Amino acid sequence: MRIGRILAISLSVALSAGLVGCGDADGDDENAGSEGARITYWAVSMSSSITDDEAVLEPLLETFTEETGVEVDLEVVPWADLWNRILTAVSSGQGPDVLNTGNTWSASLQATGEFLEFDDEALEAIGGAGKFIETSLAATGAEGMPPATIPLYGQAYGLYYNTELFAEAGIDEPPSTWEEMVDIGQQLTQDTDGDGDTDQWGLSILAGNGGVGSHFAFILGRQHGGSLFDESGNPQFDSDEQVAAVRRYLDLMVTDQVVSPSNAEFTMTEAADQLAQGTAAMVFGQASTRRTLASLDFDDYGVARIPSPAELPEGGSDIGSMVAGTNIAVMDGSEHVDEALQLVGFLTDVDAQVELNRTYGTLPVIEEAYEHEAFDDHAIQTLSVNLRDHAEPFPQVPEVGQMETLVGGAVKELFAQAATGTVTDEDIRSALEEADRQMEAAG
Amino acid sequence: MTNGGSVFGRGTNRERAATRPSSQRRRRLVPYALILPAVVLEMVVHVGPILVGLWTSLTRLTQLSIRDWTGAPVVWWENYRNGLDPSGAIGSALWATFLRTLVFAVLVVFLSWALGMLAAYLLNTDVRARGAFRMLFLVPFAVPTFVAVIGWSFIFSRDDGALNHVLVDQLGLFDERPFWLIGGNAFWAIVVVAVWRLWPFAFLMLFAALQNVPHELHEAGALDGTSRWRQFRSITLPTIRPVNAVVILIMGLWSFNEFAIPYVLFGPQPPESATLLSNLIYEHSFVNFNMGLGSAMNVLVLAFLLAVSVWYVRAFVPRGRDE
Repeated sequence: MRIGRILAISLSVALSAGLVGCGDADGDDENAGSEGARITYWAVSMSSSITDDEAVLEPLLETFTEETGVEVDLEVVPWADLWNRILTAVSSGQGPDVLNTGNTWSASLQATGEFLEFDDEALEAIGGAGKFIETSLAATGAEGMPPATIPLYGQAYGLYYNTELFAEAGIDEPPSTWEEMVDIGQQLTQDTDGDGDTDQWGLSILAGNGGVGSHFAFILGRQHGGSLFDESGNPQFDSDEQVAAVRRYLDLMVTDQVVSPSNAEFTMTEAADQLAQGTAAMVFGQASTRRTLASLDFDDYGVARIPSPAELPEGGSDIGSMVAGTNIAVMDGSEHVDEALQLVGFLTDVDAQVELNRTYGTLPVIEEAYEHEAFDDHAIQTLSVNLRDHAEPFPQVPEVGQMETLVGGAVKELFAQAATGTVTDEDIRSALEEADRQMEAAG
Repeated sequence: MTNGGSVFGRGTNRERAATRPSSQRRRRLVPYALILPAVVLEMVVHVGPILVGLWTSLTRLTQLSIRDWTGAPVVWWENYRNGLDPSGAIGSALWATFLRTLVFAVLVVFLSWALGMLAAYLLNTDVRARGAFRMLFLVPFAVPTFVAVIGWSFIFSRDDGALNHVLVDQLGLFDERPFWLIGGNAFWAIVVVAVWRLWPFAFLMLFAALQNVPHELHEAGALDGTSRWRQFRSITLPTIRPVNAVVILIMGLWSFNEFAIPYVLFGPQPPESATLLSNLIYEHSFVNFNMGLGSAMNVLVLAFLLAVSVWYVRAFVPRGRDE
């Protein structure tokens, strides 16, 4: 054997291994020149398993292929992986054509510059901006810029209440102010079996969930006239208004005592479980809570909006929710932009909106869908009013993800402290100040 | 390797007859040519990413610059300054987390080693059903981390967890049900789970080592009338010292780099008391997407572990036979 040959073979083995690794993995080449284009769609998992999602989406996508001739490769991505997957796609330039995003991420994703801007032409291609609910379309990117994402499944917070417990206590209307809510909560916080321990609570919340904590810092903050960022986008988590808002949220556990200290551990569906078991009379939940309750075979509940204080603080905004939900976006690098827009249009048209939102328990994002009988339901109508009239979009700044982590983390830790002791205003201010400092230091 | 050597050795002899010095030099290159693919792959798979990580730590790589990540603005030492400044918001968190992780690692290694040693020592006598015990002890090590930790999260739950049921309802040790998954106790929760997972490894290694301790030594000791404790200290421990040194090093590195237990027990953002370095780095890199800062922290941890490992290996791990 000749050295040269050995070297050549060695190198070619190594290089080919390397090249296979770096190879173009998304198989675009196959499509070049073929008549029906093939696009890739990352759908986020909206049900309890990926197979369930596939069972819902695949028939719809087949209809889409029949109508347009465009083939769709579907991949369902769990929520927990979605953010990382998207940013990997952005950094490698190897992503899907169409994908789902959390709607609060819109401004962050917009700032990467890797997503198609929905200018007038693109909006026209998906059926026009006019078909969407106005608030939903407001949570799609920085103000004054064309949307980077388009609403797909709407979500809004509501106050879910156990109608049986309400009826037993002779309460026939859900509370219309924050104070009423606390009163009812105290009335329904009881020791039902007389063993000295409270076993039925007025309200149950996911106090251990940082994301939810940041949502309520925002919602209650707006009720107090605060805002998490100033006009030039700098954090002001520790403003007086924000401290007052977090104080009011914590007080549900600390001074009002309508929330069990155990809630500081709750992160997932524990609150909804308690509502269904009758160990909590009210819970704060998003639209998808309906689906959780249905899976528990529970339907003795009503939905109202999350109330504001009877006297709204000066400059306060009378909201009870943020504009929440799942959005859909098109990657800028897509070779099939037209087909991608066709898919976005299809999924936000009435048939798909009815079908998908009905299955997922979420709220349609287009007006027309609400005329369908599937949404002729008190809970959905209330939640849709919450979304249209009592909701504001989460701050549309690129650093929103970090804000969620820092503010949510602070609220979560404060609840942990409240569960085992007391929390002073100073504790709240310094926790929020610390979040503020971290945000600025990371710049 | 020896096989390959002899084959080429023979070839060299034959060539020598032809006396061509240049070909001899080429023959010497053969082994290098043969390992070249491995070297190239190693560069691609390991060294490359490490270098990229080092470079990233000098930049401000965030979601804003990730699209064109090679063009991320270079900030030189700023990430390191932020990370190391104990009075800054990020530095103070890093230092606190560093100390917490150190305490965590020391506790976990010590407790795991002690449990493993005890179990190995007891099973090394003529216990019946030794095999069955050995199997049983290995269960925590064999169960997938995710499954095991989810199980623990049920145990630790305040209202209906098994732990509080035993401590409060049955033993009556506390009046108030304590929290284990939030606040300061969360730290003890991760220590318990980590020890539970790690001690079978210590047990397995030490058990194997104990079986190699010559029986005669113990017999001689017993004849001289030494106590079991004394035998353990003066015979067993010195004999298994090389194994001990390696086991403690490996367990220390694993514990210091622990990520999965807090992550599965609490999610991407554990309570402060249970946030270890890996979790903090993950949070900066993949939750906040400040990859530059995350990489800088990673490099600092790497440097620390490297220094400790080098010192430890020199001080405790015996050299090879050539010493």
